[in-house]
Amino acid sequence: MSRAVEDSNRRMLRARDAMDRDYAKPLDIATLARIAYVSDAHLIRTFRATFGETPHRYLQRRRVERAMFLLRETDRDVTEICLDVGFTSLGTFGRTFHEIVGESPTTYRKRAADLRAVPACFTRAWTRPSSFGEARPRSVD
Amino acid sequence: MLKQITHSQVYVLDQDDALEFYVGKLGLEVNTDADLGFMRWLTVNVPGEPDHQILLERPGPPAHDEATAEQIRELVTKGAMGAVAIFTVDDIHKTYQELLGKGVEFTEEPTERFYGTDCGLRDPFGNHLRIGQPAEGPIEVPAPGQVAAENS
Repeated sequence: MSRAVEDSNRRMLRARDAMDRDYAKPLDIATLARIAYVSDAHLIRTFRATFGETPHRYLQRRRVERAMFLLRETDRDVTEICLDVGFTSLGTFGRTFHEIVGESPTTYRKRAADLRAVPACFTRAWTRPSSFGEARPRSVD
Repeated sequence: MLKQITHSQVYVLDQDDALEFYVGKLGLEVNTDADLGFMRWLTVNVPGEPDHQILLERPGPPAHDEATAEQIRELVTKGAMGAVAIFTVDDIHKTYQELLGKGVEFTEEPTERFYGTDCGLRDPFGNHLRIGQPAEGPIEVPAPGQVAAENS
């Protein structure tokens, strides 16, 4: 009865894993849809139903999370980091970073917390910024 | 005083498929495969280490009502159940190539970190496992700003 859901989840997870692994590459919806053996439209709709956000938004968060790491832990400049994590435009990177983190890459770097190193898989999961849906709405005054 | 961990547990969707993966591909050994009537008690262990078994458990009635079992299966297939275990090997690159050749689905290739080199993979159901080759000698936790390797 639920086999179809399980099978679908598993394929969506495969697409998500690909984003976690290959975030620096130019991943597009068609590539991810091929990994999940579904159509482009099906991928977007089903991924969101499964994980609560679109694949595009997930990939943006993954890339921004990597950028946060590189800003904290390296002295590479912002333009290099932008390209390192898979963005192709500094404008899009800066805007997306600000939307998700709430401040610019440069400001974030200055105040980045002293995160003690723990096994990287945990750091990765727990320092990842929230998606728009999870984040507290900004107050409108 | 607690002494040691003897059993861990992971939810699997199918115990035969689980055996094929955990024993057939990862190379663990069957510790116990017993039909208890109410459940199939199926455990595996690292070769030569029978003191720590991993129970490959199928969710379902009567332990869980069918709706709960479905929720568990959904979480497993979404990869939301956490890491099953972290295993160690002597040569992570060799192991990686061997398992890759057997069709194991890796989420992350071997990556150097201050505590060693490790990689991530999934079982057929979506559970996350890790295999690592610990760094030699004492581990020094790097200060912020001193992380040399890609800490992905």
